[in-house]
Amino acid sequence: MTKELEYYGKKVARGLMDRRAFMGRAAALGVSAPLAGTILAGAVQAAGPVRGGTLKAGMQGGESTNSLDPATWASDVPISFGRTWGETMVEVGPTGEIEFRIAESVEASPDARTWTFRIREGVEFHNGKTVTPDDVVKTLQRHSDENSKSGALGIVKGIEDMKADGQYVVLTLDSPNADLPYLLADYHLMIQPGGGFEAPDAGIGTGPYRVAENQPGVRHVGTRFENYWDAGNRGFADTVEITVVNDATARLAALQSGQVNMINRVEPKVVNLIKRVPGVTVRNVSGRGHYVFIMHVNTPPFDNNHLRLALKLAINRQEMVDKILQGYGSVGNDFPINASYPLFPDDIPQREYDPEKAAFHYRKSGHSGSILLRTSDVAFPGAVDAAQLYQQHAKAAGIDIEVKREPGDGYWSEVWNKKPFSASYWSGRPVQDQMYSTAYLSTAEWNDTKFFRPDFDKIIIAARAELDPVKRKALYREAALMVRDEGGLILPMFNDFIDATGPKVGGWVPDGNGGMMNDKALIKCWLEA
Amino acid sequence: MSAIVKLVAQRLALGLLLLLAVSVLIFAGTQILPGDVAQSILGQSATPTALANLREELGLNDPAWLRYLRWLGGVLTGDLGTALSNGQDISEAIGRRLGNTLFLAFWAAAVAVPLAITLGLVAVRYRNRWPDRLISGLTLASISLPEFFIGYVLIFFFGVKLRWFPSVATVYDGMSLWEKLNAIALPVTVLTLVVLAHMMRMTRAAILNVMQSAYIETAELKGLGQFRVIFRHAFPNAIAPIVNVVMINLAYLVVGVVVVEVIFVYPGMGQYLVDHVAKRDVPVVQATGLIFAAVYIGLNLVADIVAIVSNPRLRHPK
Repeated sequence: MTKELEYYGKKVARGLMDRRAFMGRAAALGVSAPLAGTILAGAVQAAGPVRGGTLKAGMQGGESTNSLDPATWASDVPISFGRTWGETMVEVGPTGEIEFRIAESVEASPDARTWTFRIREGVEFHNGKTVTPDDVVKTLQRHSDENSKSGALGIVKGIEDMKADGQYVVLTLDSPNADLPYLLADYHLMIQPGGGFEAPDAGIGTGPYRVAENQPGVRHVGTRFENYWDAGNRGFADTVEITVVNDATARLAALQSGQVNMINRVEPKVVNLIKRVPGVTVRNVSGRGHYVFIMHVNTPPFDNNHLRLALKLAINRQEMVDKILQGYGSVGNDFPINASYPLFPDDIPQREYDPEKAAFHYRKSGHSGSILLRTSDVAFPGAVDAAQLYQQHAKAAGIDIEVKREPGDGYWSEVWNKKPFSASYWSGRPVQDQMYSTAYLSTAEWNDTKFFRPDFDKIIIAARAELDPVKRKALYREAALMVRDEGGLILPMFNDFIDATGPKVGGWVPDGNGGMMNDKALIKCWLEA
Repeated sequence: MSAIVKLVAQRLALGLLLLLAVSVLIFAGTQILPGDVAQSILGQSATPTALANLREELGLNDPAWLRYLRWLGGVLTGDLGTALSNGQDISEAIGRRLGNTLFLAFWAAAVAVPLAITLGLVAVRYRNRWPDRLISGLTLASISLPEFFIGYVLIFFFGVKLRWFPSVATVYDGMSLWEKLNAIALPVTVLTLVVLAHMMRMTRAAILNVMQSAYIETAELKGLGQFRVIFRHAFPNAIAPIVNVVMINLAYLVVGVVVVEVIFVYPGMGQYLVDHVAKRDVPVVQATGLIFAAVYIGLNLVADIVAIVSNPRLRHPK
């Protein structure tokens, strides 16, 4: 009965029902007027954001080498802090839809080559200047310069021509791409005054907070920007603060002792322990990130597809999810896409652990002797354990995997993408095209399975230009099957993002695009009174 | 008196010479690190032209000795260069971090040194009786536990359960001295527990050694109180070895506390160095290495000088 009343209370809070009607329902349910009033007050309070206070995050992923220049961002702290002071043209929302920020609308030509963005009027930078289409064009130009060393270079280098036209920005691509808005949501592409050519690390943007203190690797503080254009929806706390806490135990302690309101990257093995701590809420969301073992398909013995199939069949995915992720994740199917992506090909059968079939393919491959698998603590959390577990699974199929533990320092420059069989992770991308273009096209810098297949490239390029979702989905299904059945990717699991908040944090919305609500927790959450 | 001045000057000159030798070693060491600096700045996607340009810009084409002299010249004029990874001025960044490290080390030493010496004196006074055994047992137990373990235990009880002190010890400008001291209470406790045993045991051993001397027996026979004998007569003659071990521990507090910095999130030099080593940011590594070396040499110099001044036989060598 009170459940029902609470539901009506929420309706009142959202303005879908008036107070008088609510009281009438309450009377009909036999609830006294004072109690009904209390329920209503609680619902209204819970529904609306509260302004004020200092919202504090304790986060992993910050180093003293960080800079405020968006081109250099690669880890969580600079990105999260960046989102407090900067904004991109568009963003990808929690359910995968495009949200308009600096741009307010977009139109594409029928061939998906020319894109026209209308720039929102009256958006102000922290230095008092108003955002012009010229600022947007200059920002894109800066990131498309080879010397800028921008992490978004691969995204913007396909833009052949960019120009400002009145209140519009017109982008012409060298080849059609139906996903352009998703690409422009990349966090590197923060709109800066004059494109940030003069002072890339000035920290001047259009976000809800001004940079008040910037100590890389230690602490970042932002104070409210009074002229923020979207103050009704973002930037509720007066001050936001990020303390860099790279040690997992210290991060948990900081949350439990109330020194911070939210933390990122809770380790799966402690989730069940901290769930019991009063006031702490675990915030996990399934995302697109995945943990992988990668084989170079151009290097013996992995150039033999029977061997690759044997290795793919010889891994017990469910046990990996249960033991390495403690259940906080889902099984993979040897292609880098899951249901979090738009146009996910959902009718591809799940590959199961089948030692007998694996043994059959292993015999057919004609390989003998052990297979060297390199792993490291930094490959992904639990990568060493996962490799050993895999070793046991494969043994049942008569495949001898030798596990070699490599040092974390230098793993990404010396082992990953260089050695033929190693453990690694991918954090996923907002759309399928971007994931395949980053790591599976023949031309991709990070083609870490050395999957050089012109027929595959053709499918991806065709899908890029296809505006009909049904045809596009069919193309992506074909691509997924190629990677799954012929590629060098062993994808046992997709991992959840696991964050945690303390008491009083309101406004948390699960966002599978990334941890910490895709690094927007500080600007979207508030402190309840 | 002039003999002492001369001695001190000699020691100082030796120390500077040593520092110069260390600077050569640091420079040579960072030169033979695997990987090219320009390559590590630009990353994997670097084009050959961009690499060549950057090498030219950084002066990497010059011979090593010229680059060494240039670097040394910069260091002597207080210019440590700019960090490759984020373009920040190294002197400024290090200045702040070094200040934090010295702040933590100072307060840890301010608690640990008097405590260790007092405990040492008490242990001698009650040697081989229960206070001595208790002190030795406890301090040896605390040094035997790894510092991260002590740190986590303290965080659990005093940070999370009792909430007496913050578990995150980040200090920043704008905090009052009292707030800063409150913030570093737990790391100071850990560091004190870690360095206590070494200094305490050395004090005890050094004084016990002196206590075997005939003049101590005379003092006792004169009927002086135990504490007075230990403090006024034995302690001054045991100062040299005690100062030595105190200085070694002070040096440790400055250069060796990266683990404590990490678990208490303290923005000191250790974490700064580790971050930059991971990014192959050579100028920062060189600068930090040199500062650590200077601290070590400087503190050992102080120990030497105190030992000489406190010992007439060294003060007036035959």
